[in-house]
Amino acid sequence: MTASVEAKHPEAGALAAAPAAPERQWPDQVYEVLKAAGISHMSYVPDAGHTTLIHLFSEEPEVITNVLTTEEEGIAIAAGAWLGGKRSVVLMQSSGVGNCINMLSLPVQARFPLLVLVTMRGEWAEFNPWQVPMGQATEASLKAIGLRVLRAETGPDLVETVAQAALMAFDADQQIAVLIGQRLLGKKKW
Amino acid sequence: MNLPTMDRRVAVKKLLDARDGALVVTGLGSPSYDVHAAGDRNDNYYLWGAMGGAALIGLGIAQAQPDKRVMVITGDGEQLMAFGSLATISVARPKNLDLVVLDNQHFGETGMQSSHTGKGIGFDKVAAACGFSKTAELRSLEEVDTLCEELRRAADGPRLFVLKITAENLPRSLPPRDAVEVKNRFRAHLGFATC
Repeated sequence: MTASVEAKHPEAGALAAAPAAPERQWPDQVYEVLKAAGISHMSYVPDAGHTTLIHLFSEEPEVITNVLTTEEEGIAIAAGAWLGGKRSVVLMQSSGVGNCINMLSLPVQARFPLLVLVTMRGEWAEFNPWQVPMGQATEASLKAIGLRVLRAETGPDLVETVAQAALMAFDADQQIAVLIGQRLLGKKKW
Repeated sequence: MNLPTMDRRVAVKKLLDARDGALVVTGLGSPSYDVHAAGDRNDNYYLWGAMGGAALIGLGIAQAQPDKRVMVITGDGEQLMAFGSLATISVARPKNLDLVVLDNQHFGETGMQSSHTGKGIGFDKVAAACGFSKTAELRSLEEVDTLCEELRRAADGPRLFVLKITAENLPRSLPPRDAVEVKNRFRAHLGFATC
Protein backbone atom coordinates (compact mmCIF):
# COMPACT_ATOMS: atom_id res chain seq x y z
CA MET A 1 0.00 0.00 0.00
CA THR A 2 2.73 2.43 0.94
CA ALA A 3 4.69 1.55 -2.16
CA SER A 4 1.79 2.56 -4.38
CA VAL A 5 1.59 5.86 -2.54
CA GLU A 6 5.25 6.38 -3.34
CA ALA A 7 4.85 5.42 -6.96
CA LYS A 8 2.04 7.71 -7.99
CA HIS A 9 2.44 11.35 -8.86
CA PRO A 10 -0.71 13.02 -7.63
CA GLU A 11 0.55 16.58 -7.73
CA ALA A 12 -0.87 17.52 -11.10
CA GLY A 13 -4.33 16.53 -9.93
CA ALA A 14 -3.77 18.31 -6.65
CA LEU A 15 -2.87 21.54 -8.37
CA ALA A 16 -5.78 21.28 -10.77
CA ALA A 17 -8.12 20.59 -7.86
CA ALA A 18 -7.28 23.87 -6.13
CA PRO A 19 -10.26 26.06 -7.00
CA ALA A 20 -10.88 29.63 -5.98
CA ALA A 21 -11.85 29.30 -2.33
CA PRO A 22 -14.18 31.45 -0.28
CA GLU A 23 -12.14 32.55 2.74
CA ARG A 24 -13.80 30.25 5.26
CA GLN A 25 -13.51 27.08 3.19
CA TRP A 26 -9.75 26.92 3.03
CA PRO A 27 -9.26 24.27 5.75
CA ASP A 28 -11.41 21.76 3.87
CA GLN A 29 -9.64 22.53 0.61
CA VAL A 30 -6.17 22.31 2.18
CA TYR A 31 -7.20 18.92 3.55
CA GLU A 32 -8.26 17.75 0.09
CA VAL A 33 -4.99 18.98 -1.41
CA LEU A 34 -2.94 17.16 1.24
CA LYS A 35 -4.87 13.95 0.68
CA ALA A 36 -4.41 14.27 -3.06
CA ALA A 37 -0.67 14.61 -2.46
CA GLY A 38 -0.64 11.18 -0.85
CA ILE A 39 -0.26 12.32 2.76
CA SER A 40 -1.52 9.66 5.13
CA HIS A 41 0.19 10.66 8.37
CA MET A 42 -0.06 13.82 10.47
CA SER A 43 1.40 15.12 13.74
CA TYR A 44 0.36 18.25 15.57
CA VAL A 45 0.45 20.54 18.52
CA PRO A 46 -3.01 22.11 18.45
CA ASP A 47 -3.70 25.66 17.39
CA ALA A 48 -7.07 27.30 16.92
CA GLY A 49 -6.23 27.96 13.28
CA HIS A 50 -5.62 24.25 12.67
CA THR A 51 -8.85 23.08 14.34
CA THR A 52 -10.66 22.00 11.18
CA LEU A 53 -7.62 20.31 9.65
CA ILE A 54 -6.93 18.39 12.87
CA HIS A 55 -10.57 17.30 12.99
CA LEU A 56 -10.63 16.17 9.37
CA PHE A 57 -7.39 14.17 9.68
CA SER A 58 -8.47 12.61 12.96
CA GLU A 59 -11.78 11.46 11.46
CA GLU A 60 -10.06 9.73 8.52
CA PRO A 61 -9.45 6.06 9.35
CA GLU A 62 -6.71 5.73 6.73
CA VAL A 63 -4.65 8.52 8.32
CA ILE A 64 -2.41 8.09 11.36
CA THR A 65 -2.34 11.14 13.64
CA ASN A 66 -0.08 11.95 16.60
CA VAL A 67 -0.67 14.60 19.23
CA LEU A 68 2.72 15.89 20.40
CA THR A 69 4.07 17.23 23.68
CA THR A 70 6.38 19.59 21.77
CA GLU A 71 6.62 20.44 18.09
CA GLU A 72 10.12 19.07 17.50
CA GLU A 73 8.73 15.58 18.05
CA GLY A 74 6.76 15.97 14.84
CA ILE A 75 9.90 16.69 12.83
CA ALA A 76 11.50 13.42 13.97
CA ILE A 77 8.28 11.43 13.52
CA ALA A 78 7.88 12.75 9.96
CA ALA A 79 11.42 11.60 9.15
CA GLY A 80 10.63 8.15 10.52
CA ALA A 81 7.41 7.99 8.52
CA TRP A 82 9.35 8.77 5.33
CA LEU A 83 11.92 6.08 6.16
CA GLY A 84 9.00 3.68 6.44
CA GLY A 85 7.35 4.86 3.21
CA LYS A 86 4.66 7.27 4.39
CA ARG A 87 4.19 10.94 3.62
CA SER A 88 3.60 13.02 6.74
CA VAL A 89 2.63 16.61 7.48
CA VAL A 90 3.29 18.53 10.71
CA LEU A 91 0.90 21.20 12.02
CA MET A 92 1.99 23.81 14.54
CA GLN A 93 1.69 27.44 15.63
CA SER A 94 4.51 29.93 15.07
CA SER A 95 5.47 29.73 18.75
CA GLY A 96 6.31 26.06 18.16
CA VAL A 97 8.81 26.80 15.41
CA GLY A 98 11.33 27.87 18.01
CA ASN A 99 11.04 24.46 19.67
CA CYS A 100 12.03 22.74 16.42
CA ILE A 101 15.25 24.38 15.36
CA ASN A 102 17.90 21.80 16.23
CA MET A 103 15.65 18.88 15.24
CA LEU A 104 15.30 20.47 11.81
CA SER A 105 18.98 19.63 11.24
CA LEU A 106 17.72 16.07 10.69
CA PRO A 107 15.58 16.70 7.58
CA VAL A 108 17.95 19.41 6.33
CA GLN A 109 21.10 17.30 6.60
CA ALA A 110 19.55 13.99 5.54
CA ARG A 111 17.37 15.69 2.89
CA PHE A 112 14.13 14.24 4.20
CA PRO A 113 10.99 15.59 2.56
CA LEU A 114 9.31 17.83 5.14
CA LEU A 115 6.05 19.75 4.99
CA VAL A 116 5.12 21.93 7.96
CA LEU A 117 2.03 24.13 8.12
CA VAL A 118 2.50 27.01 10.56
CA THR A 119 -0.34 29.19 11.79
CA MET A 120 1.06 32.62 12.55
CA ARG A 121 0.67 34.61 15.74
CA GLY A 122 2.19 37.89 16.79
CA GLU A 123 1.95 39.67 13.44
CA TRP A 124 -1.63 40.95 12.82
CA ALA A 125 -4.29 42.09 15.29
CA GLU A 126 -2.41 40.25 18.03
CA PHE A 127 -3.70 40.89 21.54
CA ASN A 128 -1.01 38.89 23.38
CA PRO A 129 2.39 40.57 23.46
CA TRP A 130 4.08 37.30 24.43
CA GLN A 131 3.30 35.96 20.96
CA VAL A 132 5.11 38.77 19.18
CA PRO A 133 8.82 37.86 19.63
CA MET A 134 8.55 34.32 18.24
CA GLY A 135 6.03 35.40 15.63
CA GLN A 136 8.48 37.97 14.36
CA ALA A 137 11.37 35.47 14.48
CA THR A 138 9.53 32.57 12.80
CA GLU A 139 10.44 33.13 9.15
CA ALA A 140 14.03 34.17 9.89
CA SER A 141 14.56 31.15 12.18
CA LEU A 142 13.25 28.69 9.62
CA LYS A 143 15.38 30.18 6.87
CA ALA A 144 18.44 30.23 9.13
CA ILE A 145 18.26 26.46 9.72
CA GLY A 146 17.75 25.83 6.02
CA LEU A 147 14.04 25.49 5.29
CA ARG A 148 12.22 26.92 2.29
CA VAL A 149 9.55 29.27 3.58
CA LEU A 150 6.32 30.13 1.76
CA ARG A 151 3.54 32.42 2.95
CA ALA A 152 -0.14 32.82 2.18
CA GLU A 153 -2.44 35.66 3.15
CA THR A 154 -5.67 34.52 1.47
CA GLY A 155 -7.58 31.24 1.36
CA PRO A 156 -7.19 30.61 -2.37
CA ASP A 157 -3.49 31.46 -2.23
CA LEU A 158 -2.99 29.09 0.71
CA VAL A 159 -4.66 26.17 -1.04
CA GLU A 160 -2.48 26.64 -4.12
CA THR A 161 0.64 27.18 -2.01
CA VAL A 162 0.13 23.99 0.01
CA ALA A 163 -0.45 21.99 -3.18
CA GLN A 164 2.81 23.05 -4.75
CA ALA A 165 4.70 22.87 -1.43
CA ALA A 166 3.65 19.22 -1.10
CA LEU A 167 4.93 18.56 -4.60
CA MET A 168 8.28 20.18 -3.87
CA ALA A 169 8.63 18.49 -0.51
CA PHE A 170 7.89 14.94 -1.57
CA ASP A 171 9.03 14.90 -5.18
CA ALA A 172 12.01 17.24 -4.88
CA ASP A 173 13.19 16.26 -1.35
CA GLN A 174 12.72 19.78 0.01
CA GLN A 175 12.08 20.93 3.57
CA ILE A 176 9.25 23.43 3.42
CA ALA A 177 7.27 25.48 5.90
CA VAL A 178 4.07 27.17 4.76
CA LEU A 179 3.24 30.14 6.97
CA ILE A 180 -0.49 30.83 7.27
CA GLY A 181 -0.78 34.57 7.87
CA GLN A 182 -2.57 35.75 10.97
CA ARG A 183 -4.46 38.18 8.74
CA LEU A 184 -6.01 35.16 7.03
CA LEU A 185 -6.75 33.38 10.31
CA GLY A 186 -8.52 36.40 11.74
CA LYS A 187 -8.62 37.91 15.17
CA LYS A 188 -8.58 35.36 17.95
CA LYS A 189 -11.87 35.16 19.83
CA TRP A 190 -11.23 35.89 23.49
CA MET B 1 26.19 2.25 45.79
CA ASN B 2 27.91 -0.03 43.28
CA LEU B 3 25.17 -2.05 41.65
CA PRO B 4 26.22 -4.39 38.85
CA THR B 5 26.48 -3.11 35.28
CA MET B 6 27.08 -4.82 31.97
CA ASP B 7 29.36 -4.48 28.94
CA ARG B 8 27.47 -2.33 26.42
CA ARG B 9 28.99 -3.82 23.27
CA VAL B 10 28.22 -7.38 24.32
CA ALA B 11 24.67 -6.45 25.33
CA VAL B 12 23.98 -4.65 22.05
CA LYS B 13 25.49 -7.52 20.04
CA LYS B 14 23.12 -9.93 21.75
CA LEU B 15 20.12 -7.73 20.92
CA LEU B 16 21.18 -7.40 17.29
CA ASP B 17 21.99 -11.09 16.85
CA ALA B 18 18.39 -11.73 17.90
CA ARG B 19 16.84 -8.86 15.91
CA ASP B 20 14.94 -11.21 13.63
CA GLY B 21 14.22 -8.65 10.91
CA ALA B 22 13.71 -5.69 13.24
CA LEU B 23 14.49 -2.24 11.87
CA VAL B 24 16.95 -0.44 14.15
CA VAL B 25 17.35 3.26 14.97
CA THR B 26 20.28 4.46 17.05
CA GLY B 27 20.70 7.56 19.19
CA LEU B 28 23.70 9.77 18.57
CA GLY B 29 27.04 8.97 20.19
CA SER B 30 28.00 5.66 21.71
CA PRO B 31 24.76 3.76 20.92
CA SER B 32 25.45 4.43 17.22
CA TYR B 33 29.01 3.12 17.69
CA ASP B 34 27.78 0.04 19.58
CA VAL B 35 25.31 -0.87 16.84
CA HIS B 36 27.85 -0.20 14.08
CA ALA B 37 30.45 -2.31 15.90
CA ALA B 38 28.06 -5.27 15.68
CA GLY B 39 28.01 -4.93 11.90
CA ASP B 40 26.95 -2.19 9.49
CA ARG B 41 23.61 -2.92 7.83
CA ASN B 42 21.17 -1.17 5.52
CA ASP B 43 18.32 -1.63 7.99
CA ASN B 44 20.15 0.39 10.65
CA TYR B 45 19.34 4.10 10.83
CA TYR B 46 22.13 5.88 12.73
CA LEU B 47 21.85 9.38 14.14
CA TRP B 48 24.84 11.68 14.38
CA GLY B 49 22.77 14.56 15.74
CA ALA B 50 19.12 15.55 16.24
CA MET B 51 19.44 14.73 19.94
CA GLY B 52 16.09 13.59 21.28
CA GLY B 53 14.95 12.27 17.92
CA ALA B 54 15.73 8.56 18.07
CA ALA B 55 12.61 7.24 19.80
CA LEU B 56 10.36 9.44 17.65
CA ILE B 57 11.98 8.41 14.39
CA GLY B 58 11.31 4.90 15.63
CA LEU B 59 7.66 5.80 16.18
CA GLY B 60 7.34 7.16 12.65
CA ILE B 61 8.85 4.00 11.16
CA ALA B 62 6.70 1.78 13.37
CA GLN B 63 3.54 3.57 12.24
CA ALA B 64 4.52 3.39 8.57
CA GLN B 65 5.60 -0.27 8.82
CA PRO B 66 3.12 -1.89 11.21
CA ASP B 67 4.14 -5.40 10.16
CA LYS B 68 7.77 -4.94 11.09
CA ARG B 69 9.28 -4.61 14.55
CA VAL B 70 11.28 -1.46 15.27
CA MET B 71 13.99 -1.34 17.92
CA VAL B 72 15.44 1.99 19.05
CA ILE B 73 18.80 1.74 20.79
CA THR B 74 19.76 4.99 22.47
CA GLY B 75 21.48 6.41 25.53
CA ASP B 76 20.19 7.91 28.75
CA GLY B 77 21.28 11.41 27.73
CA GLU B 78 19.57 11.22 24.34
CA GLN B 79 16.37 9.90 25.87
CA LEU B 80 16.42 12.56 28.59
CA MET B 81 16.16 15.15 25.82
CA ALA B 82 13.02 13.38 24.62
CA PHE B 83 11.32 12.93 27.98
CA GLY B 84 7.95 13.96 26.56
CA SER B 85 8.30 11.44 23.74
CA LEU B 86 7.35 8.71 26.19
CA ALA B 87 3.93 10.37 26.56
CA THR B 88 3.57 10.79 22.80
CA ILE B 89 4.61 7.19 22.09
CA SER B 90 2.37 5.81 24.81
CA VAL B 91 -0.64 7.68 23.42
CA ALA B 92 0.22 6.54 19.87
CA ARG B 93 0.45 2.98 21.25
CA PRO B 94 2.42 1.20 18.54
CA LYS B 95 2.57 -2.56 19.12
CA ASN B 96 5.83 -2.91 17.21
CA LEU B 97 8.13 -0.39 18.91
CA ASP B 98 10.72 -1.28 21.52
CA LEU B 99 12.97 1.30 23.15
CA VAL B 100 16.29 0.15 24.61
CA VAL B 101 18.00 2.77 26.78
CA LEU B 102 21.71 2.07 27.28
CA ASP B 103 22.06 3.76 30.65
CA ASN B 104 25.54 4.51 31.96
CA GLN B 105 24.14 7.35 34.07
CA HIS B 106 26.54 9.77 32.41
CA PHE B 107 26.94 12.02 29.39
CA GLY B 108 29.76 9.89 28.04
CA GLU B 109 30.56 11.86 24.88
CA THR B 110 31.16 15.14 26.62
CA GLY B 111 33.39 14.24 29.54
CA MET B 112 31.38 11.75 31.62
CA GLN B 113 29.32 14.28 33.51
CA SER B 114 26.71 12.48 35.60
CA SER B 115 23.15 12.48 34.25
CA HIS B 116 19.70 12.43 35.84
CA THR B 117 19.45 8.65 35.67
CA GLY B 118 22.14 8.32 38.33
CA LYS B 119 20.15 10.65 40.55
CA GLY B 120 16.87 8.84 40.87
CA ILE B 121 15.25 9.10 37.43
CA GLY B 122 14.44 5.61 36.15
CA PHE B 123 13.20 5.46 32.56
CA ASP B 124 11.57 2.10 33.19
CA LYS B 125 9.43 3.70 35.90
CA VAL B 126 8.69 6.79 33.81
CA ALA B 127 7.62 4.67 30.85
CA ALA B 128 5.50 2.45 33.11
CA ALA B 129 3.79 5.54 34.51
CA CYS B 130 3.13 6.72 30.94
CA GLY B 131 1.42 3.43 30.15
CA PHE B 132 4.01 1.43 28.21
CA SER B 133 2.93 -2.20 27.94
CA LYS B 134 6.16 -3.57 29.40
CA THR B 135 9.16 -1.99 31.10
CA ALA B 136 12.15 -3.31 33.02
CA GLU B 137 15.61 -2.44 34.29
CA LEU B 138 18.31 -4.98 33.45
CA ARG B 139 21.73 -5.25 35.04
CA SER B 140 23.25 -8.45 33.63
CA LEU B 141 23.92 -10.09 30.27
CA GLU B 142 21.88 -13.09 31.42
CA GLU B 143 18.88 -10.78 31.73
CA VAL B 144 19.59 -9.54 28.19
CA ASP B 145 19.42 -13.13 26.95
CA THR B 146 15.98 -13.41 28.53
CA LEU B 147 15.00 -10.06 26.99
CA CYS B 148 15.99 -11.30 23.53
CA GLU B 149 13.49 -14.13 23.97
CA GLU B 150 10.82 -11.75 25.20
CA LEU B 151 11.28 -9.36 22.27
CA ARG B 152 10.28 -12.13 19.89
CA ARG B 153 6.83 -12.26 21.47
CA ALA B 154 4.05 -9.92 20.35
CA ALA B 155 3.39 -6.86 22.47
CA ASP B 156 0.17 -5.02 23.33
CA GLY B 157 1.90 -1.65 23.10
CA PRO B 158 5.29 0.03 23.23
CA ARG B 159 7.96 -1.47 25.49
CA LEU B 160 10.99 0.15 27.13
CA PHE B 161 13.97 -1.56 28.65
CA VAL B 162 16.78 0.11 30.58
CA LEU B 163 20.13 -1.65 30.32
CA LYS B 164 22.44 -0.48 33.07
CA ILE B 165 25.83 -0.45 31.36
CA THR B 166 29.35 0.27 32.57
CA ALA B 167 30.37 3.93 32.23
CA GLU B 168 33.36 3.76 29.89
CA ASN B 169 34.39 5.15 26.53
CA LEU B 170 35.19 2.22 24.26
CA PRO B 171 37.05 2.53 20.93
CA ARG B 172 34.69 4.23 18.48
CA SER B 173 33.19 2.30 15.61
CA LEU B 174 31.98 5.07 13.34
CA PRO B 175 28.89 4.67 11.16
CA PRO B 176 28.70 6.56 7.86
CA ARG B 177 28.15 10.29 8.35
CA ASP B 178 26.51 10.76 4.95
CA ALA B 179 22.96 11.23 6.19
CA VAL B 180 21.40 11.09 2.73
CA GLU B 181 23.12 7.81 1.92
CA VAL B 182 22.03 6.20 5.20
CA LYS B 183 18.45 7.37 4.59
CA ASN B 184 18.38 6.12 1.00
CA ARG B 185 19.81 2.70 1.74
CA PHE B 186 17.33 2.24 4.60
CA ARG B 187 14.43 3.07 2.27
CA ALA B 188 15.88 0.84 -0.44
CA HIS B 189 15.95 -2.01 2.08
CA LEU B 190 12.16 -1.58 2.39
CA GLY B 191 11.71 -1.36 -1.37
CA PHE B 192 11.16 2.38 -1.62
CA ALA B 193 12.57 4.66 -4.27
CA THR B 194 15.04 7.41 -3.49
CA CYS B 195 15.01 10.88 -4.94
